[in-house]
Amino acid sequence: MTATAELKARTGTRGRAYLSLFKALGRGWIRDRSQIFFTILLPLMFMVLLASVFGSGDTAASRVVAVGDAAVLDGADPDELTVTRVADLDAALAMLREGDADAAVLQDGDTVRIYPSATNSTGGAIAEGRLTSLVDDVNVEVLSAAAPGEPVLATEVEEADGGTLQPIQYLAPGILAWGVAISGVFGAAGTIVDWKRDKLLRRLRLTPASVKTFLGAKVSVNLVVAIGQTAVFLAVAALGFGLRLSAWTWFAVPLVLLGTFAFLAIGVVIGGIAQTSPAAAGLSNLVTMPMAFVSGAFYPLALSPQWVQWISYASPMRYLNEALQSVVVYGEPPTAVLPQIGFLAAFAALVALVSWKTFKFDEL
Amino acid sequence: MDAAIEVADLRKTYRGRRTGEVRAVDGVSFRVERGEFFGILGPNGAGKTTTLEIVEGLRRPDSGEVRLLGRSPWPHSPDLTRRLGVQLQASAFFEFLTAREQIETFAELYGASKTRAAEMLETVGLAEHANVRCEKLSGGQQQRLSIACALVGDPELVFLDEPTAALDPQARRNLWDLMRGINADGRTVVLTTHYMEEAEALCDRVAIMDAGKIKAVDSPAGFIRTLDAPTRVTVASGQLTDARVKELAAGETVTGDDGTVVFETRDPRRLLTALASEGALEGLAVRTANLEDVFLHVTGREWRG
Repeated sequence: MTATAELKARTGTRGRAYLSLFKALGRGWIRDRSQIFFTILLPLMFMVLLASVFGSGDTAASRVVAVGDAAVLDGADPDELTVTRVADLDAALAMLREGDADAAVLQDGDTVRIYPSATNSTGGAIAEGRLTSLVDDVNVEVLSAAAPGEPVLATEVEEADGGTLQPIQYLAPGILAWGVAISGVFGAAGTIVDWKRDKLLRRLRLTPASVKTFLGAKVSVNLVVAIGQTAVFLAVAALGFGLRLSAWTWFAVPLVLLGTFAFLAIGVVIGGIAQTSPAAAGLSNLVTMPMAFVSGAFYPLALSPQWVQWISYASPMRYLNEALQSVVVYGEPPTAVLPQIGFLAAFAALVALVSWKTFKFDEL
Repeated sequence: MDAAIEVADLRKTYRGRRTGEVRAVDGVSFRVERGEFFGILGPNGAGKTTTLEIVEGLRRPDSGEVRLLGRSPWPHSPDLTRRLGVQLQASAFFEFLTAREQIETFAELYGASKTRAAEMLETVGLAEHANVRCEKLSGGQQQRLSIACALVGDPELVFLDEPTAALDPQARRNLWDLMRGINADGRTVVLTTHYMEEAEALCDRVAIMDAGKIKAVDSPAGFIRTLDAPTRVTVASGQLTDARVKELAAGETVTGDDGTVVFETRDPRRLLTALASEGALEGLAVRTANLEDVFLHVTGREWRG
């Protein structure tokens, strides 16, 4: 046999081994219900839940409870303020405490007293703003009537950066990044703990297939899962919540693959430390859950406290999230997310190096 | 032709934080001929599995040499692993696959056909359970599947690491038949076990291992011959007068309690004939020396399994 023919035969054998391992591992993944739950269903549940929670409130009319007449509310726009009336202040304050109203209003001659809700402070602040501007409008009318011809300033609000930020626009990339992190970290850590127990890797080292082929097949399964997650999450976001996907959305695939490498590396480190499956799951949670909160997966980073924003710079999920939002939601070209790509790659390489150096192969 | 296995002066020391230095394998040498059924017998922690893993090429020894079918198991070479069949202590299976999918995957790794995979399932008696997920199989069935996976590549040399541990007696006997068959097919078999009767029933030769060392290697019969232990013949008491017992003992040891008389004799044929002619065979039990006595003799320690 010539050298090339031999090489060809070897590559052929390796290819067949890779395919059969990929098939075996892929089948195992699909049949493992807990995998499907944690990588697809759980993040989807979060997306649906958070989109409904954050989606309500902002746009709905503020619920105002008027004590007595409160004549100023007569001119209220029903799209902004829904008014209910009660007889005395105590009843109104009780409604605030119960969360049944966003603000109470008491008009005493020329004084309009506003009691914004402390129970729901965001709703309270919005209601307060609307009520104040209602009072201002009434004042302007009165003053214009007294001094006709005197010009007054008017405001007009235009939508910036392609419209207002709808929750789904940060939730879709955020939850996708989180989902990819969960499946990467849990997948790698769980697999390694399983190998410690069932010695599958050890057994495969004694077959003609090489360990590299096996690990390659294992990583391939994780990459395919990540692409599947991307497709499912973006489809639900687009079809279920009206997210408009940009023309650059396809670039989410290489981003997610790169992120998967970084998260697999973290999972390998955890798998090296943990000895049992519950320990691996616990440690994975301990890493991915806080990471999601400091990376803007559930809530826009810009609205988070400063210290959270500082921590976020150390989190690979932040960069994946940012990059996904840029290309999928805002339609920026891949060149715009090169810094994020660079960081993700550097992070993956660093953690892979750490896991390689600290890993005790004898335990497998 | 090269021997199936040649091992010279293997040493492996583990350094644990709490346990300190443990000499798991301490100067082990042995040789297994082709076609032989070779057993490594010893209590838990004797170093059997570590020895086996070094021989298979899973662990590197601190020093010493291993030749498998004439070549070194390290570094790994597909040309060598293709000729080996391995069953590890833990059942190493792909998760969530059925028995058939499992063995077909292994078959593909060894370049064997699906027909061969189906045959092996048949051989180990799992054809009816082909569509059962591995985790649903019983302990004995898992071990048999594991052995089938070891055999699917038609290996020359088969390693079985405590295949019958934690099995009930019936399942253990079934596996014995299977293992005899593997050897009868002309394959070399290396078996580790901590069951005396298993080594005695299956192995051509047995290495007795204790505390990281091989204490002795011989055939089970050879061991027992060398031991030269008396045969113990027990009958119920009350069938013979004290004087007659003394006569029959002919100077050899006699013990006993309320219910039994125990002769320790080097000439069981004479004694048994005499007892038979007197009609004093009630409660008869004859016990020859076995590997348990050999272990005691070789290691100076009582067998604890």
